[in-house]
Order: sequence, then C-alpha cells, then structure tokens
Amino acid sequence: MLGSIYALVALGYTMVYGILGLINFAHGEVVMIGAMIAISVIVAIGTGSGLPAPAVMIAGIAVAIPACMLLGALLERIAYRPLRDAPRLTALISAIGMSIVLQNVAMIVWGRQYISFPPLLPNEPHAVLGATVTGTQVLIVALTVVLMGALLLLVHRTRLGRAMRATSQSPALAGLMGVNVDRIIMFTFMIGSALAAVAGVMIAGYYGQAHYHMGFMLGLKAFTAAVLGGIGNISGAMLGGLALGVIESLGAGYIGALTGGFLGSHYQDVFAFAVLIVVLVFRPSGLLGERVAERA
Amino acid sequence: MNVGPEPLLRVHGISKAFGGVQALSGVSLEIARRSIYGLIGPNGAGKTTLFNVITGFIAPDAGTCTLDGRRLTGEPVHRVVQLGVARTFQNIRLFHQMSALENVMVGMHARSTAGALGAVLRTRRVRDEEARMEAAAHALLERVSIAAHADAPSGSLPYGLQRRLEIARALASSPKLIALDEPAAGMNASETASLRELIDALREDGTTVLLIEHDVRLVMGLCDRVAVLDHGQLIAEGVPAAVQSDPAVIEAYLGAPAAPVATAVR
Repeated sequence: MLGSIYALVALGYTMVYGILGLINFAHGEVVMIGAMIAISVIVAIGTGSGLPAPAVMIAGIAVAIPACMLLGALLERIAYRPLRDAPRLTALISAIGMSIVLQNVAMIVWGRQYISFPPLLPNEPHAVLGATVTGTQVLIVALTVVLMGALLLLVHRTRLGRAMRATSQSPALAGLMGVNVDRIIMFTFMIGSALAAVAGVMIAGYYGQAHYHMGFMLGLKAFTAAVLGGIGNISGAMLGGLALGVIESLGAGYIGALTGGFLGSHYQDVFAFAVLIVVLVFRPSGLLGERVAERA
Repeated sequence: MNVGPEPLLRVHGISKAFGGVQALSGVSLEIARRSIYGLIGPNGAGKTTLFNVITGFIAPDAGTCTLDGRRLTGEPVHRVVQLGVARTFQNIRLFHQMSALENVMVGMHARSTAGALGAVLRTRRVRDEEARMEAAAHALLERVSIAAHADAPSGSLPYGLQRRLEIARALASSPKLIALDEPAAGMNASETASLRELIDALREDGTTVLLIEHDVRLVMGLCDRVAVLDHGQLIAEGVPAAVQSDPAVIEAYLGAPAAPVATAVR
C-alpha cells in the first residue's frame, strides 16, 4: 500500500532522470502541494454541501492534478531549462533550491500546523485471506495499478511515448526526427507531476493529515525506490516502489521482535535508507537498470 | 551556378568558424528539384559542417539556407524537419534500444499529429493514426529491403542494414530533400550497388537527394551535379564530367597540378 505511493512518486523521479539525467529533488514538494491543494478544495466544498464523499474526493483530485502539472511545467521552465547545458551539479542545486522555495511557500499559504484530511474514505477494516485491509487501501492499490498501466501504455504504445523514449536516448537525434524536445521534456515533467498529485492525495487521505514538510521524507524514499528499481527505468520505479514499501512495512513490523523490544517501529525510516546504501554499494544500476553506471 | 528556374534548396553565403578554424567560408549553391546532388572534397573540407548547417543542427555565422523559398536558417532542428529536410549520419545514429520499426515510426513524428490528451484517452482517431503509421513504417522497411528485421532491436542489425534503416527513418518524415552523409562508407561492392539503386529510386519518386560521398565512382555515376569543397570553400560546381577535369579539383585532391583526375580519384 505504502509501496504503491512510493512507486507513483518514484515514477516522477525516474522519468525526469531518464530524459534529462537530472534528479528533480523538488518532486517530493510537488506531492506535498498536490495534497495541500486537494485538501483545500475538499474542505471548501465538503462542509455541508451534501455531495457524496466520492464526488468531493474526485473534485479534490481533479483540481490538484492540473495544478501540479502546471507547477511541474513551471519548475522545468524556470529552474531547469535555463540550466540544461550547465554542469549537472548546477541543476541539482537548483532542484534543492526549488524544493526549499516550495516548502516555504506552502508554509506561508497553509501554515506550519498539520492540516487534517476530512474523513471521507472508508476506514472500517475487512478481513481478506487472513489480512486486514481497509477500503482506502484497496482504493489506493487499485488506482495505482490503473495509473501504471496507463503510463506503460502511453510510453510504449503511443507517438508521444515514442518521442519521450527517443528524447531520453538522444535529445539531439530526436530533434532531427522532428520531435520538439523542449515540449517533450516539459510534458514529461507534467506527467510526473500529475502522478505526484495523485500520490499526494493518497498519502494525505491515508494518514488523514498533511504538512508542509511531508514531501521531504516522502521524496527521499521515492528516490530510494527509483534507485532500487534502476533509475531511469519506468518498470524499475514501479518494482522498486512496491519492494521498498514491503521492506519498510515488514521491517517496522518485526524490528521490535527481532531486537527484543530494543528498537521499535518508529525506526521504520531506517530501512529505506539502509536499502539505498546497500543498493548504491552493491548494485548501483538497481534491479532493472543497465545504464546508470555511465550516466552517474 | 544556374541550375534552373526554381531550385529546391538555395544555400547562400554560408560561413562558419569553429574557434580559429574557418570550416566554411561563403559557400553558395543551388539544388534543383528531383536531382541527385553530390558534395565531395578531401577530409576536413567542411562537407559535414555544411550538412549540419542545412539541417539546422548548427547555426552558421553568416548566410542563409532556403527550401522552396522558406528560410531554414534560424529555425529549431525539429522545424527544419517539418519543413522537409531529413538526413542520415556518417557514423550511424539510431535509437539502439528501439526496434527497427519503432525507429522508423519516430521518424514519422513530424508528419503525425496525435496529441497528449488523445494519446491518453486512446481515441478512435489516435488508434487509426497509429495503425496507419505502423503500416507506413512497414512499407518503408520493405522499400529498403529490411522488413524481415522490423522487430529486431536496431542495435543488433548488421552494419549495412543499419545504414538502410537510417535511410528508411529519414524517409519517414516524407522529406522534400534527403541528405545522406557518406551512405556507402564501410559497404562492400554489392551493398554499394544496391544502395545506388535505392538512391536512384528515390529520385524517381520525386525526392531530391544531397549526397556526401567518398566513393567517387558512386558520386560521378549517380549525381546530376557535383560540388567540391576544399578548406571550407566551394572550388568547383557543375556536371560530374566538368568537375572531374577541373584543375582546381585535381589540385585539391593531389596537392599539385598533375595527371588527369580520373586516375587520381579512382
């Protein structure tokens, strides 16, 4: 469940990396902004409007997605395109700068406190095959599967996807094929941001709250997931996200028992970064990656 | 220099320097519609630079190129393709991680229209366009006789077939002018012969061909007109027979006025 959210966010990292060789560290903040906007919309129309909960929920997502796509396009245009030919480190610093800017903007707009997500989603547990799941969890996983399927279809079966893959292999050559490379790059940012918006709503809905700082840790973990799967590789991001979610949940669940209660489940975050270190040391190209060594 | 009333491509006063090296100085030429135009010259003469300028890959310091009266110079690369210029590369450049068919379909990008929304929603129109593109891409692969390898990763094809695939990909954008940069490089005699047939067939179909080639026999046998570059300057231009006996050309190739070029360049 957590894994599907990581996977959605990781896709944004991996698509941008695949096409530009850039780690967009502001991507976690796009997730956060998506969550914030969705909550604002849901709160604004949700109280006493009499609309059914799913409709309110969909309205929130429907506003958050285009807003985040616009934000992603702006990020690309303002922070990355002018630096396209600059050394990679410059663009990386620009990304971290944008991340700080977005956090602060969110802090000014939505305040420093936790913002609670209205309880719209079904949370009563059901027993399925010996496991306990809630409607929300099922919804999240189902939506993730649909989005990933759509993305794979887009990338592998359409004209735009072909242009994206061509651009990622060689921007100069893609241009010679008549591909408007600038537009494809912007489009890539927009798709990643749309997925980030959905992920933001999911995670806010799942935990019932959002916070201006939530994108930071989530972004790092999704980045870990992307590296685990092989950064630049779309299927890898999906696999890495799901794997990381499972590792984290199992780790958090069993760490208490394994250490005799010395370490508790609040050490959950350790696992993601232990995974990151292990992957970077032993298999820097990730589970499905091939090209990272020459790129890094 | 006059090659008819209305040339397809007009190159006017192109100059380009890389640092202190003057790669091209004041090159002008005109290419007639439905002709095969050869561009020859010793290594480092500026042939590929001129190609890069015409295709919008690099911007010239001075001068303009116009295709059918439309200015190419200053347009971004993808616009130049849309206006009708396609090219291949001296060192083959394919999308190695894609199949041969997909390479050709990327080449069709400029001539297809499906947008983001349609692509996501898989509208009827988009699906029809995809099907049409795939059929057209297959036809192009047939045309260059590599249809049997449509689904093979392009990087795994033998060298001669990769060259053919590059030509098919360039043709995919339905260009008015196709620029081939040393298409016969590294080919054996029979491969060169079938390449020659292919280029001839392109002209028959109404495509204009600009050809850089070291294989002088191929150039002289195939081209309607030939231009010779040396040290970035156009030193001769005309029908093959005239160029072949031009003293300036002989000197460029041999370094001194000497024997007939026929023996020198063959």
